[in-house]
Amino acid sequence: MNEIALLIAATLASGTTLAMAGLGLLLNEKAGVLNLGAEGMMLVGALAGFGAAYASGNDWVAFAAGAAAGAVMAMVFGVLVIWLNTNQYATGLALTLFGGGLSAFVGVNFAGKTLSDRGGVGIPGLADVPFFGPALFRQHPMTYIAIALMFALGWFLYRSRSGLVLRGVGESPESAHALGYRVRWIRLGAVMAGGALCGIAGAYLSVVRAPLWVEGVTAGSGWIALALTTFATWRPARVLLGAYLFGGVTMLQFYLQGEGVEIASQLLAMLPYLSTIVVLALISRNPTWIRINMPASLGRPFHPGS
Amino acid sequence: MFVERKRALMKAAALSALAVAALASCSKKEEAAPAPAPAASAAAAPKPEPVKVAFVYIWTAGDAGWTFAHDLGRKEVEAEFGDKVKTTIVEKVPEGADAERVIRDLAAQGNKIIFATSFGYMEPMLKVAAEFPDVKFEHATGYKTSTNMGIYDSKFYEPAYMAGIVAGKMTKTNTLGFVGSFPIPEVLRNINAFTLGAQSVNPKVKTKVVWVSTWSDPPKEGDAAQSLINGGADVLLQNTDSTAVLQTAEKNGKYAFGWDSDMSAFAAKAHLGSAVANWGGYYKQAVKSVIDGTWKMDRTVWGVKEGMNDFIKPADVVPADIKAKVEEVKAGMKAGTFEVFTGPILDNTGKERLAKDTKADQEWKDKVDFYVKGVEGKIPSAK
Repeated sequence: MNEIALLIAATLASGTTLAMAGLGLLLNEKAGVLNLGAEGMMLVGALAGFGAAYASGNDWVAFAAGAAAGAVMAMVFGVLVIWLNTNQYATGLALTLFGGGLSAFVGVNFAGKTLSDRGGVGIPGLADVPFFGPALFRQHPMTYIAIALMFALGWFLYRSRSGLVLRGVGESPESAHALGYRVRWIRLGAVMAGGALCGIAGAYLSVVRAPLWVEGVTAGSGWIALALTTFATWRPARVLLGAYLFGGVTMLQFYLQGEGVEIASQLLAMLPYLSTIVVLALISRNPTWIRINMPASLGRPFHPGS
Repeated sequence: MFVERKRALMKAAALSALAVAALASCSKKEEAAPAPAPAASAAAAPKPEPVKVAFVYIWTAGDAGWTFAHDLGRKEVEAEFGDKVKTTIVEKVPEGADAERVIRDLAAQGNKIIFATSFGYMEPMLKVAAEFPDVKFEHATGYKTSTNMGIYDSKFYEPAYMAGIVAGKMTKTNTLGFVGSFPIPEVLRNINAFTLGAQSVNPKVKTKVVWVSTWSDPPKEGDAAQSLINGGADVLLQNTDSTAVLQTAEKNGKYAFGWDSDMSAFAAKAHLGSAVANWGGYYKQAVKSVIDGTWKMDRTVWGVKEGMNDFIKPADVVPADIKAKVEEVKAGMKAGTFEVFTGPILDNTGKERLAKDTKADQEWKDKVDFYVKGVEGKIPSAK
């Protein structure tokens, strides 16, 4: 029983990285911009966060630094694809390569450095409830922030006027433009907010999850976060669910190995990725499902006045 | 059988190639600069040209881990021979085609001996070695040789055994955890030695193993360590590179060991000791033999006896009798009287793998493909 509680706790901690980044990318894509640079933004955010935590010793300064770094990376991307209309796919890939190189180059000074441990904070009263306490209520605050963010984003996109405008920009920028909305600036705002969330996800990884700096610390989680938005058919709650599913399968395979279950470890290591592909394939079988939820102008440049 | 060894760097291959090219060109510049110096001093006193020595690294040297340990060895070479040698390093060389180009460049630049410090450099180095018969090549942890390419390796299972002695005493749950990289003989030897060491002081000990299929991915290593701890393990060892396992143990109030280099600074409470390799002794001997012109192709496997491996910095919490036991075993290894793999050794299905009172030879060690009794589960690749 206790082991299951710990498994759930580890799943939440592990899924939070993907949840933050996935929600950020969702916001991007709802405004019609596909940013394949997630991995690069996360890496730069991870480095900025680690450096800030190393210098200041304060996690919140680290998350702010990660957010700022992610937002700056996203701004560069945004200006390129929104104003100069460069290809979003190619620019995003370039951003990933650039972020990987930049974080490695600057990060040489931090190679092998570690931070003191950031444990979870028990919620008074709830942390000691049997089973549920260790499973749910002894997490790092970022776990709860990710969940709150999911609700906030859901409310913003589907209940607020600004959210409606943002979705409008993603569906039909021409119409939004005709109504007098500043499509480019709204897109830039969404891109930068998404970048900031990716940056926070990176900082969470290098400051809380594994408090040390090594090159390429994200190890592909940016790509998983990108897949998650499609996996979730662009719904915030499903992004969170997908993130926990992925985190859960990752932790489960370690758990099964430790218990001596006779499955090839290579197969188990594949499991999280395999399950993502299977779900993606299942979703894609239903074209209307994708069409209803996918922002109609995703990935397409917008030329005002054309 | 041998899976890809040491830190494959697959991601951003293009970027890495650029980085390597940049580094390679940097090292070229370094070569160019000192060239006039010997020429100028040649008139005053005929000083021999420094012998050029090159090292190929899979990663940056950093502050801890595999490449860091090799770089310490390189520094020992510099300290020993001073201006008689000139060392060059190329960091972050991916295993494969890039490695071949880097090694060929280094050979063409006049390096007399080249050390390649990762398993995956074996084939590329073998190819280049055939093209440069006058250059000596040395490959770490491999198994293929040629007339001018030797191999060298360390007995990491010796410090792993000593770590096991400490772990067997310190565990309260009688459950040890091991974070493995790839199920190759080298890593299996370490798991088995760790378990045998623990059993020598505590017969009830069992070891749980989790494979992460990577040499370095800190969040993954940390997750694996966490799941071992959740499953009841309270002393951990890893055959991966980063300090993540130690840090995870620290967070949970459990114990772990440093690996490859001294990691005592990374987890004050969790660190029980570090299993390390000192490559400097071998590097100095190999470089000296090149200076003297006596280099011979050889397969070198050194351990505690030769000063290549050690178990260092046992923590204050380790009881004195256990520290004494570790010292006793270490003394036996130094004297050559103690062999970790001495029969009878049973695998975890009960089959005898080494007969009573037999000491394992090199061939036996090269082919380890089983868990000893006390390790739980099955090796993933073995059916």
